[in-house]
Amino acid sequence: MNYLVIVIGAILVNNIVLMQFLGICPFLGVSKKVSTGIGMTGAVAFVMILATIVTYLIQNYVLEKFGLGFLQTIAFILVIASLVQMVEIILKKVSPPLYQALGIFLPLITTNCAILGVAILTVQNEFNLLEGVIFSTSHAIGFGLALIIFAGIREHLDLQDVPKGLKGTPIALIAAGILAMAFMGFSGLV
Amino acid sequence: MNQWKNFSKGFLKENPVFVLLLGMCPTLGVTSSAINGLGMGLATTFVLLMSNIVVSLVKNAIPEKVRIPSFIVIIAAFVTVVQLLMQAFVPALYKSLGLFIPLIVVNCIVLGRAEAFASKNNVGSSAVDGLGIGLGFTFALVLLGSIREILGSGKLFNITIYPENYVTLVFVLAPGAFIVLGYLIALINRMKKN
Repeated sequence: MNYLVIVIGAILVNNIVLMQFLGICPFLGVSKKVSTGIGMTGAVAFVMILATIVTYLIQNYVLEKFGLGFLQTIAFILVIASLVQMVEIILKKVSPPLYQALGIFLPLITTNCAILGVAILTVQNEFNLLEGVIFSTSHAIGFGLALIIFAGIREHLDLQDVPKGLKGTPIALIAAGILAMAFMGFSGLV
Repeated sequence: MNQWKNFSKGFLKENPVFVLLLGMCPTLGVTSSAINGLGMGLATTFVLLMSNIVVSLVKNAIPEKVRIPSFIVIIAAFVTVVQLLMQAFVPALYKSLGLFIPLIVVNCIVLGRAEAFASKNNVGSSAVDGLGIGLGFTFALVLLGSIREILGSGKLFNITIYPENYVTLVFVLAPGAFIVLGYLIALINRMKKN
């Protein structure tokens, strides 16, 4: 039951993009087409889950053990940066097609605040490892859901007659606002 | 004169939020009131100023290949400093900004200035650049925060402007952030054309 609450809470009620404003840059940057949205979601999900596991272990077995809690930010960002680099190298060797598909998105992920955000939230909520994995997986799904819906909207938006000043980013932001309003309907579910 | 141009470009011509569209996460996330916007903006300005100074001082000692990770460590160090200072001196503000303080590390504005400006210029210009861009960011956050606070809770910097019965609550909630920023950018696009 507890796990179900985490899943629904992360995907719908506290959607990472639309309610918590994490990962807005890729949300606005790579949402022009549904297919790139799917690629980005895959890369983010992969790194997010891995990063949550690794930062969880570091927080509990290194930082807290030696009383180095104040180094959290520095340690986590270094872990994420090196993880992204490592994933890139491994994927290149093991699965070239997947590397090709994720290629351009991987380096962008280091500065995606959703990854660091979920890692810190997992620690703040004092989850255990299993809960942390479920938490990060659901957040990745929530990210994908928002990104893919939004990409679908933007594909249609391109064909519409939009007033000059609103073209591009402004109309996209307003559409995102309306989408966020729709997601507000889920509040109270958990 | 040149330094003045270097300083003032952050406000309109190269405003990180309205023109370059960088650092959107804190922009949307913390601007539910003007005071939160101001706090976040000043915290980011401090990190930007200090990291620009340090990066421009050590730029010749850092090998080209590990430049980005080194910049990130420098930035993370100053973010930790801000985090601890705010926790000690303004705990209420620290609590309401929450997650977004440690997330200054991944704010593209800070890394962007380190990479694009401080790693190529001397200490003086880098400091001016950091201060200018930081205050431009603060200006954008305070503007957005003020509009949302006035529309959404009828207050400005916690001073009541009109009674609560007439407020449109949605503007302090998540959708309001997207919509107000969308219209602000549209307005600035329109002004730029004229």
